[in-house]
Amino acid sequence: MKQVVILSGKGGTGKTSVAAALAHLASQDMRIALADADVDAANLDLVLRPTRLEEHAFMGGQVAIIDPDRCTRCGRCYEVCRFDAVVPGEDRYRIDPLACEGCASCAYQCPEGAIRVQEQQAGLWFRSDTRFGPLFHAHLFAGQENSGKLVTMVKQQARLLALDESRDLLIVDGPPGIGCPVIAASSGANLALLVAEPTVSGIHDLERILATVSHFRVPALVCINKADLNPGRTAAIEAFCAAGAIELVGKLPYDSVVTKAMVQGQPVTAYRPEGAMAGALREMWARIGHKLRNGG
Amino acid sequence: MIIAIASGKGGTGKTTVATSLALSIADRAPLFLDCDVEEPNAALFLRPKLDHRREVGVPIPHIDPDKCTYCGRCAQVCVWHVIAVVGRKVLVFPELCHGCGSCTLNCPEGAISELLNVRGSLESGRAGPILFGQGTLDVGQAMAVPVIRQLKHEHLPAAQGAVVILDSPPGTACPVVETMRGADFVLLVTEPTPFGLHDLRLAVQVARDELGLPVGVVINRDGAGDEGVDEYCAAEGLPILLRIPHDRRIAEAISEGKTLVEALPGYRSRFVGLYERIVQAAASWKEGR
Repeated sequence: MKQVVILSGKGGTGKTSVAAALAHLASQDMRIALADADVDAANLDLVLRPTRLEEHAFMGGQVAIIDPDRCTRCGRCYEVCRFDAVVPGEDRYRIDPLACEGCASCAYQCPEGAIRVQEQQAGLWFRSDTRFGPLFHAHLFAGQENSGKLVTMVKQQARLLALDESRDLLIVDGPPGIGCPVIAASSGANLALLVAEPTVSGIHDLERILATVSHFRVPALVCINKADLNPGRTAAIEAFCAAGAIELVGKLPYDSVVTKAMVQGQPVTAYRPEGAMAGALREMWARIGHKLRNGG
Repeated sequence: MIIAIASGKGGTGKTTVATSLALSIADRAPLFLDCDVEEPNAALFLRPKLDHRREVGVPIPHIDPDKCTYCGRCAQVCVWHVIAVVGRKVLVFPELCHGCGSCTLNCPEGAISELLNVRGSLESGRAGPILFGQGTLDVGQAMAVPVIRQLKHEHLPAAQGAVVILDSPPGTACPVVETMRGADFVLLVTEPTPFGLHDLRLAVQVARDELGLPVGVVINRDGAGDEGVDEYCAAEGLPILLRIPHDRRIAEAISEGKTLVEALPGYRSRFVGLYERIVQAAASWKEGR
């Protein structure tokens, strides 16, 4: 089984729209599975409209709890906390659960043994069915940590099922940025498809995500979305890719059909298959498919 | 007055709004902090002269082999499994360390000191009257939060009473919380699409429901999608403080590194108005409490 992760560095370049289109196209000639690795703002299900089959709690990280009956307000917890998570109040100390990283330092230092750490439910993960294949996705509760751990969970579950059912390809829709959830989404991928934008921000962020995936030795392919928005910057990305021997697998037009398809809850390739956008995506998928068949 | 500009969904125009807001109220000499340390972009638009740079990171344990008795207490207290004691060897995995200091405090021999493990850098300078600071996470590093925290610690104490604009990362997880914490107002930039709406709801949960902060909305690319965001804002009583129309010319200008107010100077007064509405909304929220 092959694994492709779709990343971008910069947010909003079209990762999920591309992922949904690739899911639609890939499922026509192979058996696929899907994982939405953007667990704090998961959107793939909005386009794929899955039937939810299973829902599981995700336990992630711990939070300190002060027992007010045993607390003598000595302030030792406040002193040792490096995350500003112990908040001095008028009559007692309080833990800010959003700031608490669960290190338990305060619990060890409390002379009264008044602090314990408790594991928290940090989100949910789901197994769903779409018309293109099974989808694993998640919802990290607002403001929680451990998005990387939840990404790993979603991906592992998707991999297990895909291996179990002898599926050919796992498509992972990644999060923006270059930090822990991106690193978690990229691990084990045969290829990373980087969706870039011909803008000053897009190029800056492409360079950082490219450095990140190469750091973790994941081969990268680049696609330029909204390529005709700024032909000069598109040429700059092409030159940059050529200089680094990075294959450019697609140039997608700046086209409002993407938003229209999203509003209709459909991959753009299914919504308007005869359009220029769908054509460019089909060509791109052909190149990616070729790459995967030849070792990826 | 600390204004955090966030979005949930990426690419909705946070940096576009944050930079144009800063330029439009430049006479107030605002402090601008780019807290999107994974992909900092504001400097591309504000073009500050960055004349200070320092490395930041987290303090990780360094074990003095002469004092260590290999008792394993440090490994036992570390919730992130940064330390492993194997026979007469102590292994430290720096990239896992959050820098909480618990191992140092718990070592019965006082054998642990702390060394800075670099995770990124902070840079600062000026863009005309705007004070500018940014953090940059090093490539390959996982944790953005320590860089954001130190960026804020470095600049906010000296900015008492000033207008501060925090350009947040996308998403709704810990880096966003770290950015919003301590803000007086959260401005959420969204687009009128199903993705924009879905992620706006999550961002409202973080800012308003979890952190208890007053929230206002900017609709970017107004007219590009559907009515969902408008309906949601009306139902939730969220004020829509600015609309930026869906206009290819704006997208083209921004793609070249121009700010919205540079490309379309007529917007300057609208951003001044946005600032005034934020101040009003923050004040009436405070009264309401």
